[in-house]
Amino acid sequence: MYKYDNYDQAIVDERVEQFRDQTRRYIAGELSDDEFRPLRLMNGLYIQTHAPMLRVAIPYGLLSSKQLRMLAHISRKYDKGFGHFSTRQNIQFNWPALETVPDILADLATVEMHAIQTSGNCIRNTTSDQFAGIAKDELEDPRPYCEIIRQWSTFHPEFSFLPRKFKIAVSGAEGDRAAAMVHDIGLYLVKNDKGEIGFTVYVGGGLGRTPYIGKCIRSFLEKKYLLSYIEAILRVYNRFGRRDNIYKARIKILVNDVGQEEFGKQVEVEWKSIKEGVLKLEQKDIDYAKSFFTSPIYDNRAVDDNSFSEAKKSNKDFSNWANRNLYAHKVSGYQAVIISLKAPSVAPGDATDVQMDNIADLSDLYSFSEIIVTHDQNLVLPHVKQGDLFSLWQALDKQNLATSNIGLLTDMICCPGLDFCSLANAGSIPIAKQINEKFDDMDYLHDIGDIKIKMSGCMNACGHHHVGHIGILGVDKKGEEFYQLTLGGSSENDASLGDRLGPAIAKTEVANVIGKLLDVYVRLREENERFLDTYRRVGIDPFKENVYASN
Amino acid sequence: MRVIKNKSIIDDSWSLIRDIENTAPIPNGDVILPLAFWQANRDELLKSKKEHAVWIDGSTETESLLIDIESFAIIALDFPVFKDGRSYSHARLLRERYKYEGELRAIGDVLQDQLFFMERCGIDCFQIRDDKDIKQALEGFKGFSTSYQAAADDAIPIFKRRKFK
Repeated sequence: MYKYDNYDQAIVDERVEQFRDQTRRYIAGELSDDEFRPLRLMNGLYIQTHAPMLRVAIPYGLLSSKQLRMLAHISRKYDKGFGHFSTRQNIQFNWPALETVPDILADLATVEMHAIQTSGNCIRNTTSDQFAGIAKDELEDPRPYCEIIRQWSTFHPEFSFLPRKFKIAVSGAEGDRAAAMVHDIGLYLVKNDKGEIGFTVYVGGGLGRTPYIGKCIRSFLEKKYLLSYIEAILRVYNRFGRRDNIYKARIKILVNDVGQEEFGKQVEVEWKSIKEGVLKLEQKDIDYAKSFFTSPIYDNRAVDDNSFSEAKKSNKDFSNWANRNLYAHKVSGYQAVIISLKAPSVAPGDATDVQMDNIADLSDLYSFSEIIVTHDQNLVLPHVKQGDLFSLWQALDKQNLATSNIGLLTDMICCPGLDFCSLANAGSIPIAKQINEKFDDMDYLHDIGDIKIKMSGCMNACGHHHVGHIGILGVDKKGEEFYQLTLGGSSENDASLGDRLGPAIAKTEVANVIGKLLDVYVRLREENERFLDTYRRVGIDPFKENVYASN
Repeated sequence: MRVIKNKSIIDDSWSLIRDIENTAPIPNGDVILPLAFWQANRDELLKSKKEHAVWIDGSTETESLLIDIESFAIIALDFPVFKDGRSYSHARLLRERYKYEGELRAIGDVLQDQLFFMERCGIDCFQIRDDKDIKQALEGFKGFSTSYQAAADDAIPIFKRRKFK
């Protein structure tokens, strides 16, 4: 993983002191609420329903055990003993006191962490494939490029007061696990016909109030032009993006208004003036970034240990877990282990301080002290020997961390919702609970198989409901919580936005309606079809009919 | 009027004319005029005044200044609210692309916590918002000892400075 040098450490340390002074001036009344707001947001600090919420950046979702222990420590010392992992691979603390935030940042800086640009109208934490570096279908590890972008975008003097927030994702594999199509800029590492690797560039994707799938404005960008091309996009956006209406200020609206082709032209014109300048990357710049994302030294005897398949045969619970919670590692004899943060009784994506400490210990024992946060709000131990899987599973099970539901119905994406968030119109966590209570039969869940339920408590879409196979959007109807369902969304290579099922349904009915949707799936599915495949084949009508006809 | 110029507080003779009809008589003294007024009265101004100053808003296309850029001693960039970041792009374009060497002055909602960004984009004069302590605002330049990117301040980006093994 990336290691700070003196420059990085100096910037993070100086940021802590700068924010300490800004907080002091705010508390002293020298800064108004309006003046302090963008300053604190650029440091991930929201004022929320109960208390401030602090979002800490986890670049590319990658944590060392030391960093995870620090997050556990922060949750214990400054919060209520838990943290919430977000869909953008960050962590959020829901209860810190404002005056302690500078101290939290100082603690984070000791382990090379920060909250810089995790919110606000600036370039946010660049995200990537959670299985970067270990996936079999990877063309190239995207994280060195994310790191190059991170450094360029940190305190960018020109782009710190954009019309609206700006999110960049980089994917380096055949399977897009970074949801690059629904980002302001989505970059795919691709190989051209000459065999060179570069980027395909998409712009203007995004969820929220007006969801769009990204549009391709350049099919092949040489690596050396990565930063100059992005700077050109940002400059066009900063100059011409709308600032008169917060709901129309994202780049997707600009791209849509001027048109994909014209927007691409404007970027090319701007780019021509800067492409050969100081932003041009040399191979050694790229190699330097790459030097931080190397593989650990694997044990080539790992593949000889067959105890794993023996244990699977003799233990059904272990076998269920191994069938769902492992991801095939590119090195044979190793597996990536997905630790479910979706146990039935807890809010999706939450982990306690004790769990975080334990996962850190297990990563030291079994996974080269590395942990990865996924977009689905789970954690991954990326390099586990197959011979260690059974003991690891036993250890996880003791901590309520071995729920065998990865990719299943109960592995839901969920925003904090009305329980914590001041923007929300409706609760998300209580719906997750309701779904968990109704669907508590593991055999049924395994039979239904792969399905993505994504839930947001308002149309800001933090839970990415538009791209859920089943999307759930909380709405407020005259003070009552209702839920709008969508079907058929996806954030992968076949990205699509879900279709509205029909009128919003009452809070108490959500799990029942999901049951009715699943009944249709079970009745109509053909061999090996996932819910999404069946939906795409048969369309919305049979689902609609089964949900609304009886009412 | 007191402004910050090259990180020191100085007294300054220029006054800012926010609004003026294009047909109005040309104001006396050192005045920073709206670009539209300056352009409408260009020939007369070039005859009658030795030094010229205009201000532009975020929606002005920087390119529309180019024909007269040599004439301006000051180009003032407006920040109607400090969250409106368009003038950062204006500043960099004027300095880096169009090689403007005169004064770039930030006007409007100009506050301590944005000075660091503004300076890096090539703005060298700051008219701090009236109700704020201009001396305290000087602290805004301190903050950071190094920067990741290049900008109009000629900083060498960190990625070009690292010693490679």
